[in-house]
Amino acid sequence: MNKNLKNFTKGFVKENPVFVLLLGLCPTLGVTTSAINGLGMGLATTFVLVMSNLVVSVIKNFIPDKVRIPSFIVIIASFVTIVELLMQAYAPALFEQLGLFIPLIVVNCIVLGRAEAFASKNGIGASIVDGLGMGLGFAFALTILGGVRELLGSGAIFNIKLIPGDLMLVFVLAPGAFIALGYLIALSNKLNKSKK
Amino acid sequence: MEYIIIIISAIFVNNIVLAQFLGICPFIGVSNKLSTSMGMGGAVLFVMTLATIVTWLIQTYVLAPLGIQFLQTIAFILVIASLVQMVEIILKKVSPALYGALGVFLPLITTNCAVLGVAILTIQKDFNLLEGVVYAISNATGFALAMVIFAGIREHLDLMEVPSGMRGVPIALVTAGILALAFMGFTGIV
Repeated sequence: MNKNLKNFTKGFVKENPVFVLLLGLCPTLGVTTSAINGLGMGLATTFVLVMSNLVVSVIKNFIPDKVRIPSFIVIIASFVTIVELLMQAYAPALFEQLGLFIPLIVVNCIVLGRAEAFASKNGIGASIVDGLGMGLGFAFALTILGGVRELLGSGAIFNIKLIPGDLMLVFVLAPGAFIALGYLIALSNKLNKSKK
Repeated sequence: MEYIIIIISAIFVNNIVLAQFLGICPFIGVSNKLSTSMGMGGAVLFVMTLATIVTWLIQTYVLAPLGIQFLQTIAFILVIASLVQMVEIILKKVSPALYGALGVFLPLITTNCAVLGVAILTIQKDFNLLEGVVYAISNATGFALAMVIFAGIREHLDLMEVPSGMRGVPIALVTAGILALAFMGFTGIV
């Protein structure tokens, strides 16, 4: 139980995929114009991560070692297509907003990385927990980044206006994404260091 | 004229890295040195153009007539992955010199979202094959341009005294932000 809990929580701080491992930076920067977009993208990725980890850990013994990576990619791509169709049907507004970055979950290094590094070596339960932890860690990072950008850029969080008027619009635009993420990573470095 | 618009808008206005956020991993990962960033730029140019041609043909002559466009993501990523593998094998046999220059970057390209992204964008924008090729080449050029500029800045950045928490990736990201700010100056040209 303790080990499972550790697998679950490591994705949030110690091995946070965005702030520490620096994986999946494209969607991180691309979709986080607001907290809600970040959360949506994070949850979509979490779904793909959990499902692909589950399937990979179930069939890991049947996959020949040589065609391991292509098989993983097909599994991941299938779940991405499922997410794509589901979002198109039930959350069309969010789907519009995230656009290109939904099919691009396929090439998100976190998903393939966890399949290769964790699910192909561990049991079903542990793999699901790992996928859930990593995915929620990713969602957590995206929501924070989206929240910071939304707050600094338009003075709102989750579309609730906190500060009236226009603020630093640049944070909603492309350059702000890089700058905000840079400072957030610096902050996380500092926090992780002071813990040791 | 429309080709010129595609070229300018893909290289400068909607730069694939700095405005569209595709291909950030190699942009941050292998931009430490000027020479490696040029190699990566060359490899991306090569693969992106080929991938766009092949995926366009598959979309138009296989997926669309059969009405199975929803398989786009799966089909494209498989095509790109096998294409990269094939290019690697062919280059090794045909041109060892070029393989020596680009070889190490090729496996990394499969997970470069810029390649899949441009392939999908070409379909979304309803380009014909020639426009698609021009679009792919311009995007790859924009990628290489951003990489080379960024690598040049980072080589100088290594010599600077940066506060300890900001060292490495954080300062690189902030630099990229300022670079993106500069590229925003091109907005409105096209």
